[in-house]
Amino acid sequence: MNTIKKLLGYVWMLIAPCIILFLVYEAYDKISKAPAVTQSNVILQWVIILLVFTPICVGFFIFGSYASKGEYDHLPAASSEID
Amino acid sequence: MRQETKQNNIAFVIGASSVGTLIEWYDFYIFGMLATIISKQFFPADAGTAALLSTLAIFAAGFIVRPFGALVFGRLGDLIGRKHTFLLTLIIMGGSTFAIGLVPGYATIGWAAPILVLILRLLQGLALGGEYGGAATYVAEHAPAGQRGFWTSWIQTTATLGLFLALGIIILIRTNQGVENFSAEWGGWRYPFWISILLVGVSVLIRMRMSESPMFTKLKSEGKTSTNPLKESFGKKANFKMVLLALFGAVMGQGVVWYTGQFYAQSFIETVCKVEFVQSRNVMLIAILMATPCFVLFGWLSDKVGRKWIMLIGMLAAVLTYRPIYKEFINITSAANRIKIVDTRLTSTMTSYPIYDAKDKTKVYLKQQTDTTYYDGSVFKYYRTDTIILKAPRDEARPITLINPDMIQYSSPIPHLVVEKTMGNAAYWYMIWLVFIQIVYVTMVYGPIAAFLVEMFPTKIRYTSMSLPYHIGNGVFGGLVPFLGTLIVEFTKTSSNPAGDSLAGLWYPIGVASVCFIIGLLYLTNKIDKNVMD
Repeated sequence: MNTIKKLLGYVWMLIAPCIILFLVYEAYDKISKAPAVTQSNVILQWVIILLVFTPICVGFFIFGSYASKGEYDHLPAASSEID
Repeated sequence: MRQETKQNNIAFVIGASSVGTLIEWYDFYIFGMLATIISKQFFPADAGTAALLSTLAIFAAGFIVRPFGALVFGRLGDLIGRKHTFLLTLIIMGGSTFAIGLVPGYATIGWAAPILVLILRLLQGLALGGEYGGAATYVAEHAPAGQRGFWTSWIQTTATLGLFLALGIIILIRTNQGVENFSAEWGGWRYPFWISILLVGVSVLIRMRMSESPMFTKLKSEGKTSTNPLKESFGKKANFKMVLLALFGAVMGQGVVWYTGQFYAQSFIETVCKVEFVQSRNVMLIAILMATPCFVLFGWLSDKVGRKWIMLIGMLAAVLTYRPIYKEFINITSAANRIKIVDTRLTSTMTSYPIYDAKDKTKVYLKQQTDTTYYDGSVFKYYRTDTIILKAPRDEARPITLINPDMIQYSSPIPHLVVEKTMGNAAYWYMIWLVFIQIVYVTMVYGPIAAFLVEMFPTKIRYTSMSLPYHIGNGVFGGLVPFLGTLIVEFTKTSSNPAGDSLAGLWYPIGVASVCFIIGLLYLTNKIDKNVMD
């Protein structure tokens, strides 16, 4: 089970930057296709989405990195293990 | 006797915490439910600017400010205590809601109106971000070991009951006042905002009587509280990895299942299935009311069998059945699957009438309504509007019905079509059943989540550590379900299929819940932490 957890860690690390690239591509596509009257609104929407999702994807990458290093092989059973 | 006093005490803790959280949800929902009126009253008529500001108000409050609220108030809750912090969030929420009801419209104070409303809306989002973590932590830290899931599940019902309260009060005032008075600048739509101050006042009085969480009090007396909760929560790898696990292995999936069941379903029934406004709301209200006790049921069950499996089964069920359920929504509201009553004298009516445009005297709208009744009791109303431009401005003395072809200069080739479906009894109750199933999934993933999060983190940084993943999971992943769902449907539109695949929007919640299910299955433990005192 721990091997699967570690291997999937690499998959999560790969997915994270792919999501960012996909969102950047979509943002560019939607903004360039938006009519002039609503373009500023579409820009704002996508800027907010990118601002919010980029740190989440970074978090997902770190999660994958922790998983690949076996950090989740054993979960803490008491707070003393976290301290 | 001592046991009874303990039970009374925990019941008071639950009641006082839940009422406050319920009111915060009420405050948050009324803005969304009255968004159309708010946008007309507070935002300029210019479509571009209005859309820009309302986007800021809706997006920013939901996605950016809520996680910030979680950080700001979570830190405060771990530094000065739970009681005072969630008292503060309640006052901020109630105060800003009441103040929104006092802001004069754009017509009176111009640009100050949308700016004030935007600031107050951001304050609402900030307060909501701080409230939930405080209430859940407070209740969990009072709950006896082995009953944490049961007692915290009462907090989980408040988000649903807040929706009920908001909808109930708005419908009551709107029905009493009539649509016109309700929508006026100082009309009835402001009353739900003013009522908030009364509800918050009562809740503050109740919360003032509450004592601080026993675990936090113990930590404080021993001088063991955190000096820098943000650093300890997110700067230490041992805790940060648990924050990430909570987000990607549980809350992310919970957020999308919750928003799909309670919000996307309603929007789908209205915009895709075209079910009539009141009936679609009744479907949601009845289904939610029937399923609400399941929050407590699954909270209680999670104390017996563990939190993990209940949440994961809820997610898996959602992943496997969303598409069949939504396909059924389309089937049961389709005219193709019904037998029309052919005796048109009794059941089918067609009325046609012209209406002059109020401003443009050469413009006339030809409105046509066709009602079709089916054997199952369903009535489908089709409204068609054709726009006609007259050669000369209308003659006020001439009866409106006398328009002949010689008078017409131009007739719009594409009519505006609206369909409104009222379902017969069998289809109506079947739809309620389909929504009920989805709300049961919501109760499975949401009922045990507070106890699950509380048990993941140590007391001294619990408020901060659990609030952030909760609000990212619900505010960002959940809150984006309608937007991203619509966006995915847009991708499927082609010239041969201009309407696109209306079920494609479900791939977003299905995808997120699937990833969350895999992570939860592999990385989470089902062990219940009996000792949350540490």
